[in-house]
Order: sequence, then C-alpha cells, then structure tokens
Amino acid sequence: MMTLEEKQQEIIGEFEIFDDWMDKYEYIIDLGKELPLIDKDKKTDDRLIRGCQSNVWLDATIVDGKMKFTSDADAIITKGIIGLLIRVLNNETPESVAKADLHFIKTIGLQEHLSPTRANGLLSMVQKMKMTALLNLDNNA
Amino acid sequence: MTEGTKKPFIVREIRQQFPALRQLIYNKNLIYFDNGATSQKPQVVLDAINMYYSKDNANIHRGVHFMSQQATTEYEKARVTIQNYIHAKKSEEIIFTKGTTDGINLVAFSFGELLSAGDEILITAMEHHSNIVPWQMLCQRKNLTLRVAPINKKGELIIEEFDKLLNSKTKLVAVTHISNTLGTINPVKELAVKAHAVGAKILVDGAQSIQHMPIDVVDMDCDFFVFSGHKVFGPTGIGVLYGKEALLDKMPPYQGGGDMISRVTFEHTTYNELPFKFEAGTPHIAGGICLGKAFEFLSELDMDAVQKYEKELAEYAQDMLDTFEGLDIIGEAKKKTSVVSFVVENIHPFDIGTLLDKQGIAVRTGHHCTQPLMDFFQIPGTVRASFAFYNTREEVDIFIAAVEKSINMLK
Repeated sequence: MMTLEEKQQEIIGEFEIFDDWMDKYEYIIDLGKELPLIDKDKKTDDRLIRGCQSNVWLDATIVDGKMKFTSDADAIITKGIIGLLIRVLNNETPESVAKADLHFIKTIGLQEHLSPTRANGLLSMVQKMKMTALLNLDNNA
Repeated sequence: MTEGTKKPFIVREIRQQFPALRQLIYNKNLIYFDNGATSQKPQVVLDAINMYYSKDNANIHRGVHFMSQQATTEYEKARVTIQNYIHAKKSEEIIFTKGTTDGINLVAFSFGELLSAGDEILITAMEHHSNIVPWQMLCQRKNLTLRVAPINKKGELIIEEFDKLLNSKTKLVAVTHISNTLGTINPVKELAVKAHAVGAKILVDGAQSIQHMPIDVVDMDCDFFVFSGHKVFGPTGIGVLYGKEALLDKMPPYQGGGDMISRVTFEHTTYNELPFKFEAGTPHIAGGICLGKAFEFLSELDMDAVQKYEKELAEYAQDMLDTFEGLDIIGEAKKKTSVVSFVVENIHPFDIGTLLDKQGIAVRTGHHCTQPLMDFFQIPGTVRASFAFYNTREEVDIFIAAVEKSINMLK
C-alpha cells in the first residue's frame, strides 16, 4: 500500500512528462471519463456542492476505518481533478484525510481550480472531504 | 469634436494603444474576448491614473488650496465630457456612481420612495441580476408588483406581451439596452414612447451599449440611463447615472454624508443641489477624471464605423461557429451585436472555457448573472465571446480553430 505522500509523488511523476498545457488537460479529461461514479440514487441534494460554474456530488463513507469517496460532476475537467483527489484520499484513515496537505495540485499546475474564486465546487468538495473526516475523528474518539 | 475631424477607424492603430493586449498567456498571444465582463484600458487612461495620483491627488469640492481646485476642475470637466458624449442637456444630470449596479440601486431607492403600494415595475426576461434584484427588493419594501415581459426563443423581447403588461399602474420600465448574454439590442426608443404613454418612466441599462454605439439620451428619451466605467475603457469603481433633471430634483437623496448637504444642524438638514445631492462622501475622484479621459478617447473615434465593425466581427464569429455539429447559438435576435453565446451538445461550458484559456483565449462561461435567462433556455450556462473594436478577424479565426480543438478533445 502506498502512503498518501507516495500517491501524490506518483501523480507528480505522471504529469512531469507533459510540457504542453493541452496535453496535460487531455490526460485530465481521460481521467474524468474514468472516474468511478457515485451511485445514481446517491445524487441527492445533500450530496450536491453547487459551484457558480459547475456542480459536484460527493459521497463519503467509512469502511473498516478507511474513508471511501465516490463523486460526480457536470464538467469533465472537474471530474478529472476529482479523480486525482480521490486517488490520493481514498482508503486513508479519517485522521490522514483531515491532515492531508494536497501539495500535488500546486506542483502539477492545477491550483487555479482549487482557488476560492474559481467557483467550480472543487474547493468546497475538498473542505467537505476533510469535514467528514474530522466528524468521524470525533465519533471515534 | 465634430464628425469631420474624427480619425479614420484602423484596428491596427487602435490596438497599439491598449498595452494589456500585447501579452503572452500560457505562451500564446492573448486573445481577449471577454469585453462584456470588462474592457481593457487605452494608454491615455493609464497615463491619467498615474498622473492623478502622482500630481493632482487632493480632495475635491472643499479645498482652498491649489491641488484641490485642480482636482475639482478636472473632475467636473469629466462630468461635462460625459454629458456631451451622451448628449445630456445639463451636466447636473450626470451623477457619478460606483457603476451600473450602484446606479440602479440608487434609482430603486430614491425613485422608489416616490412609489406606493400597488404600483408596478416592468422589466424583461433578459435582464442581468443587477436589473432584477434591486427591483425585487424595492417591491418587497414598498409592496409593489414586479412584472416580467417575456422573450422568444431567438432572444427577442415579445413586444405584444410587453404591451399587455404595461398599464396605468406601471410606474417604471427597467430594460437593458443590449443583453449581456445574448447580444440582443432592445428597441429602447420605442419602449420609451410606450412607457411614457401610460405615464411610466423608463430606465435603460446601458452597461453593454455605451461602449458599442453612439448614445443620445435625449433622442432615446429615457428618464434614466446607467452604465459602468470599466466596461467603457475606464477604471473600475466608477460609473454614471444619467437622469432627467426634473425627475432627479423630485427624488430624495440615496445616501447621506459629506458633499450632499447644503446646511446641517442637529434638528434639520437641507440637501445640496444636483448632481451633488446624490454624491455623498468623497467620490472616486481618480475614477471620474480617468473615465472622462476614456470618453475623450472615444470622442475621437467614429462610433458608427466602430459599431459596424463590431457587428461584422460578431456575425463572422457566429457564422463560423454555426457550422459546428451539435453547437447551438444562444441568442439569434435580428438586431444583435458584439456578443456570441453558445452551447455544445453534451459538453459543459466550463470545460470549453478552461481549454480556451489554456490556448490563450479569454472568454466567459457560466450563467453571466442571468440565471432566469438560463432557466428559459434550459441550459446551465453558455460560452460567451464578447468583442470590442480592438479585436480582429484573425483573432476570430484562431478562436474558431481553438473551439474546434476543444470540442474534439471533450467529445
């Protein structure tokens, strides 16, 4: 099993081969198409994170002490970035999700998507992931 | 400046006066097609901003010293420049505001104070949120009714329906001159005649028209005309409300403070004359002066030629986009200009906007602050390219190729 940090380094490595923005986005779009989707019956309003531009759905559960995320979004690039976030945070304990420093996003040049002004729901999604983790920390305590 | 002395309109020369256009974005030449959101600034405006803060910075309308008088003179000169540009009868009719939204809120409050329960406000289905929400707030405050004139699928106001909603209870018609999302040009002169026939006043939201066509508020016979400085090549944070003097005189002040008073005692305050009655506090002095410079710059242009050029540019872009399979143009009014909005089947506008950005092209995606309009067309948003006179046909060609590339990647 890779650590959270190793997973981030692996993604950084994958993105190092792209020297062109469009190639990078082509890869993100492919990841978006492969995102394991949230069950249709879970696409409810309480799982909806409304962005100004695009909407994101997120379901977070705990199985055997590890967090499991499924998600969907109406924009494919948003889905691709969600895929990367889930790849890093899935199967981690609530404690490591709550503490996670997702530095890989900045290193691969996608920080604009997580800026508060971008309004695509991604920043709120990360906050919701961490909030769910924190709540579960409290429950376990 | 008279018609005869205007410079011929040559795009290449115009572009050279806008330094922001000469930059690389992601290593590509910037193509700026987000002029509906804000415009770039010509060198004369940039120089004026620098000059104001380097040399003339002082508070206005109250100082005895040289710099204050100099700043006051420049600020009031800007007011006259703008008055002349929009052909208002008096400079007192030009109120400096923070922008279009501020101007509409001023009217909604102050003109709203003259209205009473049961009165009606009539808007259209293509209004920007800033020409919807202030009226909703007013209607709640004074127990008025807000009516909305519908549009057809081409994005044109349905005049027969507008006529049906207009009645003796209508006290104000508030309508956009040009739709920021669709580019539709509304027949505001005709609507003014209709409004006045039932005793209503008309406010024209000129946020998207002032930069694209000659404006004559007297010929249009509107009672109010509002716009933002930053969309017409001036600074942000400054805008204008034009109002007919007799009407502005009747309206109570919007905000209280310095500059807007004549005499203050603890028992009673009398207000200053127009336009100062509506300009409480220290205004955006640099903004006003530099907006004046933007209008001096525009005054030297042949706006009829500009209007024709921008219309052709938008039509060229629209015709090219129309050839793409699965692409729908949103807003196909017979009379439209400067804006092309579109959606592509099964592709989110945000994705296209993101990929265009990475190709150096600035467009806007989303609902454009017109959510009711998105609901009408049953879409989450559009990709909007909005043009200014400094854009070129070559840029449109690059844009079209970039849209095609983006669609192919996203399919």
